[in-house]
Amino acid sequence: MSEPASLSATAAGADAVAPALSGPRGPRPRKRLSRANIIVYGTLIVVSLYYLLPLYVMVVTSLKGMPEIRLGNIFAPPMEITFEPWVKAWSEACTGLNCDGLSRGFWNSVRITVPSVVLSIAIASVNGYALANWRFKGADVFFTILIFGAFIPYQVMLYPIVILLREMGLYGTLGGLVIVHSIFGMPILTLLFRNYFTSLPEELFKAARVDGAGFWGIYFRIMLPMSLPIFVVAMILQVTGIWNDFLFGVVYTKPDIYPMTVQLNNIVNSVQGVKEYNVNMAATLLTGLVPLVIYFVSGKLFVRGIAAGAVKG
Amino acid sequence: MAHARPNPLFRNLMAKLAAIPMILTAMVVFVGGTAWTVTYSFTNSKLLPREKFVGLQQYERLWETERWMVSIENLMIYGICSMVLSLLIGFVLAALMDQKIRFENTFRTIILYPFALSFIVTGLVWQWILNPEFGIQGIVRGMGWVGFTFDPLYNAQIVIFGILIAGLWQGTGLVMVLMLAGLRGIDQEIWKAARVDGIPMWKTYLFIVIPMMRPVFITTLVIIASGIVKLYDLVVAQTSGGPGIASEVPAKYVYDYMFSGQNLGQGFAASTMMLLAVLIVVIPWAYLEFGGKKRV
Amino acid sequence: MTHMRNLLAASTALCAGAVHAADLEVTHWWTSGGEAAAVAELARALDANPDHSWVDGAIAGGGGTARPIVVSRIIGGDPMGAFQFNHGRQAEELIEAGLLRDMTHVAEAEGWADIVNPPSLLEACTVDGRIYCAPVNIHSWQWLWLSNAAFEAAGVDVPTNWDEYTAAADALRAADIQPLALGAQPWQSSGLFNVLMATLAGPEVLTQIYGEGDSELAAGEEMARVFQAAAAARDMARGSNVQDWNQATNLVITDAAGGQIMGDWAQGEFAVAGETAGADYTCLPGLGVRDVISTGGDAFYFPETGDAEIEAAQDALAAILLAPDTQVAFNLKKGSLPIRGDVDLAAANDCMKKGLEILAAGSTMPDVNMLNTEDTNNQLNDLFVQFFQDDGITPEAAQETFVSIVRRKD
Repeated sequence: MSEPASLSATAAGADAVAPALSGPRGPRPRKRLSRANIIVYGTLIVVSLYYLLPLYVMVVTSLKGMPEIRLGNIFAPPMEITFEPWVKAWSEACTGLNCDGLSRGFWNSVRITVPSVVLSIAIASVNGYALANWRFKGADVFFTILIFGAFIPYQVMLYPIVILLREMGLYGTLGGLVIVHSIFGMPILTLLFRNYFTSLPEELFKAARVDGAGFWGIYFRIMLPMSLPIFVVAMILQVTGIWNDFLFGVVYTKPDIYPMTVQLNNIVNSVQGVKEYNVNMAATLLTGLVPLVIYFVSGKLFVRGIAAGAVKG
Repeated sequence: MAHARPNPLFRNLMAKLAAIPMILTAMVVFVGGTAWTVTYSFTNSKLLPREKFVGLQQYERLWETERWMVSIENLMIYGICSMVLSLLIGFVLAALMDQKIRFENTFRTIILYPFALSFIVTGLVWQWILNPEFGIQGIVRGMGWVGFTFDPLYNAQIVIFGILIAGLWQGTGLVMVLMLAGLRGIDQEIWKAARVDGIPMWKTYLFIVIPMMRPVFITTLVIIASGIVKLYDLVVAQTSGGPGIASEVPAKYVYDYMFSGQNLGQGFAASTMMLLAVLIVVIPWAYLEFGGKKRV
Repeated sequence: MTHMRNLLAASTALCAGAVHAADLEVTHWWTSGGEAAAVAELARALDANPDHSWVDGAIAGGGGTARPIVVSRIIGGDPMGAFQFNHGRQAEELIEAGLLRDMTHVAEAEGWADIVNPPSLLEACTVDGRIYCAPVNIHSWQWLWLSNAAFEAAGVDVPTNWDEYTAAADALRAADIQPLALGAQPWQSSGLFNVLMATLAGPEVLTQIYGEGDSELAAGEEMARVFQAAAAARDMARGSNVQDWNQATNLVITDAAGGQIMGDWAQGEFAVAGETAGADYTCLPGLGVRDVISTGGDAFYFPETGDAEIEAAQDALAAILLAPDTQVAFNLKKGSLPIRGDVDLAAANDCMKKGLEILAAGSTMPDVNMLNTEDTNNQLNDLFVQFFQDDGITPEAAQETFVSIVRRKD
């Protein structure tokens, strides 16, 4: 990826946004605060504020005591910072008789999410690869059905899948839940991988075929190394979806493998008694922490993946 | 390409074997499950699925129900707005990100992080921010602008837009990332060439880059659209369908009738209508995608 | 169905070896502080027997969330040991399908037929002469909760009945007080209407319409008056921008609203806020119009597991649920009334005592849950949440929809 290309893009931006300012064309000094830059950064900063506002409200609320929350201003910073809600959400909030907060479900969520993410991405990437590069008769039909499946409301499928899992002898087990997550992740992920592999240059595939590489050989040696960005996107989708899932986790497993969201639901949705907004917010933030951390880490991977993907050009 | 050549059976055998999970999912779960759903939509199943067929009774009742009509209308409004706005905002943000800006990591993380949070959480937070008493309206009034009114969640006419605000907040980050991944896949030479030819940037985007990103747009469209059809949690968390039934949506109708109302048949009838609507969209798409001879 | 049962029996027999014999998994939706404390009493009582132990499967969010879980677990062939439903018609299909265990032997051994009061509670558990559930408490809907301070601020006496209350609405408005607090959740609106119907038109009317599906009565003059009253209540409720019922109760507690119509579970909120019945707030059972309370409540059901050890634990739990000690301990924590009249509830507060008196006098009526299927309730929810939130709907139009729901009910 060369410097001039990127600079030309910026300069072209200047032309587009401010045609009146069509001064000297050509590369500009990088650090100059051009009008285009002001617009770009200005927009991004304003947008960022909009995106950050709810997070700010959540954090601030989670650090307030209940009396302060009753005062009513959700945007006001806490007068007295307390970590009590966080402690309570993590280790004290009750789910029925079990008063050990979210900590109870944390490892279960990990045990559910890791195999589900790995399995669903593995299946979907192979699907996408087969659909993009090894199209066999009828593949389009299955793929169309899969896309249709993306639109089926989950709730409708609850009972048919109960029956299916029962027949497979997997009802109520972790393995059953992993399969369910893989099934419902499949449509979108397969589409994602198929379109990505389709957009890779055909010449690579053809050359490998000429060299005598087979289905798996090309997949592992050519396709996988080039697909980091799309794997990251797929992981973002799956980690989020599976970590935040409540319905499947609660319907297809038993209390000893309930994910963290069940406790979150119990904390947030307890309809009786006084609503502890600060604990709710702390609990939400704690539950969201794992996907958030993964985003932060994978964001860097994402960039590196794009850099790696640029080799193909 | 593989499909363009004569394909002896044995050569594609591995691909077929590899596709077995997909084939099973498609046929057993999606086709089988849908057939099951459609079948039981003609029964009067209550708490348990039972084979007591009653013909079209559930459908007649469905179309007589005002709540169902309101749900469909809401989904149309939400769907169109959400589709257009998230594509537009997502693409513009991705294009801005693609200007070799500083702090790209930070900006991207900020815009993407809401996607890490569940709809339940999203709904809860926005319910607060939009609450007239202590949210935005309350703050602005507190600053002395007493006549200021901004209470989308309590106004039946605009409540669906209150939900849209939260939905966009949660979802545009992902659209932005997908678009960014697409933009990064565009060959830098194209920009150079466009620049040499003196084509303005917006034209380059509109007529060269976007058509090249067709697969990305399709992926994104499917993700957004499937999310729209399944819209449920956000509404529950923000308004529970209120005020009155002003923000009801079809997926919520399905869920409420299946599990709260203990009327599986009615829920299945509603979901059959939803699936039918999806088919009407997916089949022409599949035809366009596969019916033609060439793929892009 | 028999096919399913065979499968079920086969799969549970397989599981039996693996499951630790003494564990009884209990699914319920009692997750708030007071509710959890009440459940703890049940668990403690079961755990007192060294052979059995209570495994808690609490799920917040009420029946809508818990029902798919319970049904899935049962048709998935891996049921819990016991689960809580509101007794009434919610579980009737599971019973008909033979998926729930017949508990008549426990009921006979413990003499439930003699102790359960009112007997309608046990009737709601009975199908074809067999008893399938264990009722644990009585909750009633017909209560008007009033803030004494709010009426003082408005310069009127605290009302003693519905008419005085509606008459005071203008004074409350003038004093910038919300006359009637009503949350936006659908069940609150239909609950409010059902209370108006039971108190203004009378329990017989409600029983006739919901129980017998009498659509003529539903279209009649008496009901028209109830709808007019509902429209008046709608005017009084305008402007209460809250969702949850306890947020609405909180408006009464903080004297921002004059009153709220809500079930007896509301008094838990007053108690938590440190308010005293009589001094800080007033409760009017039957809206002060007629002393009547409904006898809804919660009950435990026991799925068929085919496992002798679990069945022993189920039997033990069923007996414990109705034992006098458990009844007192549980209901004091839960804020509900015991299902047997022979226990001493000296620790009850004033409002609870009023409820007990009405119960002792026998002025009870069946709960709407016992008369209506959830399907009908759901339709009523849709109708009344719309009615109470939208001034554009006339009482006449609402009554018309009401009649069509009644006509359609089964």
